[in-house]
Amino acid sequence: MSTGAEAAAPKPMPEKSGAEPSPQAQGRQVHSALELTGAEMLVEALRREGVEVLFGYPGGAVLPVYDALYQCGIRHILPRHEQGAIHAAEGYARVTGRPGVVLATSGPGATNLVTGLADAMMDSLPLVVFTGQVATAVIGTDAFQEASVLGITMPVTKHSYQVRDVAELPRVIKEAFHIATTGRPGPVLIDLPKDITSAKGVFHYDAPVCLPGYQPTIEPNRLQLRKLAAAVATARRPVILAGAGILHARAHTLLRQFAERTRIPVVHTLLGLGGFPGNHELFLGMGGMHGTFAANHALYETDLLINFGARFDDRLTGNLNHFARRAKVAHIDIDPAEIGKNVETDIPVVGDAGRALEVLLQECTGPGHYEDWVSHLLELKRDYPFWYERDDSGLKPQWVVEEICRATRGEAIVVTDVGQHQMWAAQFYSFAEPNRFVTSGGLGTMGFGLPAAIGAQLGDPSRVVAAVLGDGGFQMTVQELAVVAQYQLPIKVIVLNNSALGMVRQWQELFYQGRYSHSLLSFQPDYVKLAQAYAIPGYRVEDEESCAAILREALAQPGPVLIECRVTSEENVYPMVAPGSGLHEMIGVKP
Amino acid sequence: MNARILNVVVNNRTGVLNRITGLFLKRGFNIQSLTVSPSEIDGQSRMTIVLATGDERIVEQVIKQLSKQIDVLKVQDITDQPIVARELVLIRVHSPIPTRAELTSLIEPFRASVIDVGRDSVTIEATGKPEKIDALLALLRPYGIKELARTGLTSMTRDSETVQEIARFAKSNALWV
Repeated sequence: MSTGAEAAAPKPMPEKSGAEPSPQAQGRQVHSALELTGAEMLVEALRREGVEVLFGYPGGAVLPVYDALYQCGIRHILPRHEQGAIHAAEGYARVTGRPGVVLATSGPGATNLVTGLADAMMDSLPLVVFTGQVATAVIGTDAFQEASVLGITMPVTKHSYQVRDVAELPRVIKEAFHIATTGRPGPVLIDLPKDITSAKGVFHYDAPVCLPGYQPTIEPNRLQLRKLAAAVATARRPVILAGAGILHARAHTLLRQFAERTRIPVVHTLLGLGGFPGNHELFLGMGGMHGTFAANHALYETDLLINFGARFDDRLTGNLNHFARRAKVAHIDIDPAEIGKNVETDIPVVGDAGRALEVLLQECTGPGHYEDWVSHLLELKRDYPFWYERDDSGLKPQWVVEEICRATRGEAIVVTDVGQHQMWAAQFYSFAEPNRFVTSGGLGTMGFGLPAAIGAQLGDPSRVVAAVLGDGGFQMTVQELAVVAQYQLPIKVIVLNNSALGMVRQWQELFYQGRYSHSLLSFQPDYVKLAQAYAIPGYRVEDEESCAAILREALAQPGPVLIECRVTSEENVYPMVAPGSGLHEMIGVKP
Repeated sequence: MNARILNVVVNNRTGVLNRITGLFLKRGFNIQSLTVSPSEIDGQSRMTIVLATGDERIVEQVIKQLSKQIDVLKVQDITDQPIVARELVLIRVHSPIPTRAELTSLIEPFRASVIDVGRDSVTIEATGKPEKIDALLALLRPYGIKELARTGLTSMTRDSETVQEIARFAKSNALWV
């Protein structure tokens, strides 16, 4: 720390007036030699990173940071639980492609973030997470609200830091944003001891990031892609598997061009939905455990599987012994560790999906010799769509999702929790555009939906956000209704209430002889009154007619709404690949 | 056992060992031995990790997962390269005075030395490849090993200069094995 700089420094905080980057950049030259406290550095770094919204919850160890945030101009959203903050940040990141930023205090504040970190790690969402920590002098003494956050979170973060010297703080924050948002995105955590945020140091933010141990490969190997192009030319049964890598690379247009140029049909993973238009002729639907018959048939029978940015998750592949057995497998992934992890790969390509598609569009001039295969698959798509019985037994959850799709003209951002309703949302809502489906895929986190919807709405305020939730998951983070109400976020909360943990109940029905061990929620709160307690209009619907009417009324209202849909409780998600089965062994395919 | 030897260069930062061992725990990989110490470059450490598997796919995954760590600068599978690999062992052997001359002559071909002497025991230090250490232990076991500590393998690749240097050194110093 230079005392000379302190004497020469003007007022500690640089003024932030407009959003113009260039005049500010000039200002930075002057301000970059400023002495700031660690907390002020944090706020200034967030400004430089263009952070619009911070999801945070105060506490003892972050009091200096909260003091610096007071009237600082950065929007702060106060959830009612730290888990709500981090899922909201995930929803924000999923919709905007920008990093979600989270702040929590030490100990319990930090441990409450663990589920969200693990979720973001699994689904490759960029987050920068700040946790308070007890002062460096007492670290390791079991001080009040102390937890070894670095130790606890290491396996569920892309990288993490504990800052031990305030002079390091600007570099660490800059690195964290860089690491979170580049290569395969993921959560980065910065642990901030209280004395570090109070201490003063010189703020420098202009030095470029220098991380010799972190150099993600962006440019794919051209020779490998030529091999792939040659394989396309000779393939008889090619199929594209498109994962969330397409969305991260913003490569949806290129994917569409490539599929149309080569006439190779496309299967999406759950997290990839929206990367290829849901209503496109060449779209076979989602693959995997609850995927379409056509998609799974294609994955089983293919002789050339082209994977763009999917990680061959077990819910997609089913039993690996039966997965794409006759196929030459090409796998394009920005994370080299994903290639060959689960499925042996013949043409590995490390790099950005968009860059790979650009090269492939140069290499592939037209379709190969597989028109019969494509028409066969399109017949299967036509003959075996997702289906359900529409009878007079009550309101069907699948119908509700279809009705939401009709009422929003397929243009809403759909946020789900985890379970049956999540699969129905994936099956029956058609996503025409990317980044409109927000769901917890890898970790399968119940309680994700409502807070993620908050983040999604903040990330894209102009768009309708439909939070399609189950009654189980909704109750895990129901307290975040306060945030919806407080900030008057126009989220349409639609609870598909089947009075059960539906997916658990389904598995118990199918694989445990109907022994419904603790999966039926026999007590339910009055959801309408619950909404009203948060000053949110609440409705209950039990039939199609009122559901359709209330949905449209809700969408016409400017503010938040909660609709409880009393749906049939015995409904199962079909078709299904039973655990241990291959993708060719689906049950519940449309008769 | 078809073990593999990895040479890993890491940033010498708090928690880096945790990151590596945590990764092994998370992915279910088995470590046979792991040594870590500062390297010739300030701020960097060198690890030698011996994997208890020769399964190619697992080894490839280990290398890729290690490489993904931001504090890992370099990972090399050096098993099939010309390398120097050594470990150090300390052995306290039961040894009443009458057996000591015998013991000393026994360990002599191993270039091992007695570094501590007690009433009923001596402590022996030896350095070498794991097979050599194993052989020494097999010879000493009948006397009664009271305490044993092995460092695990540490290693580096030879380059051509090193190879020449070893040749020169071996000529001038007969003790070099």
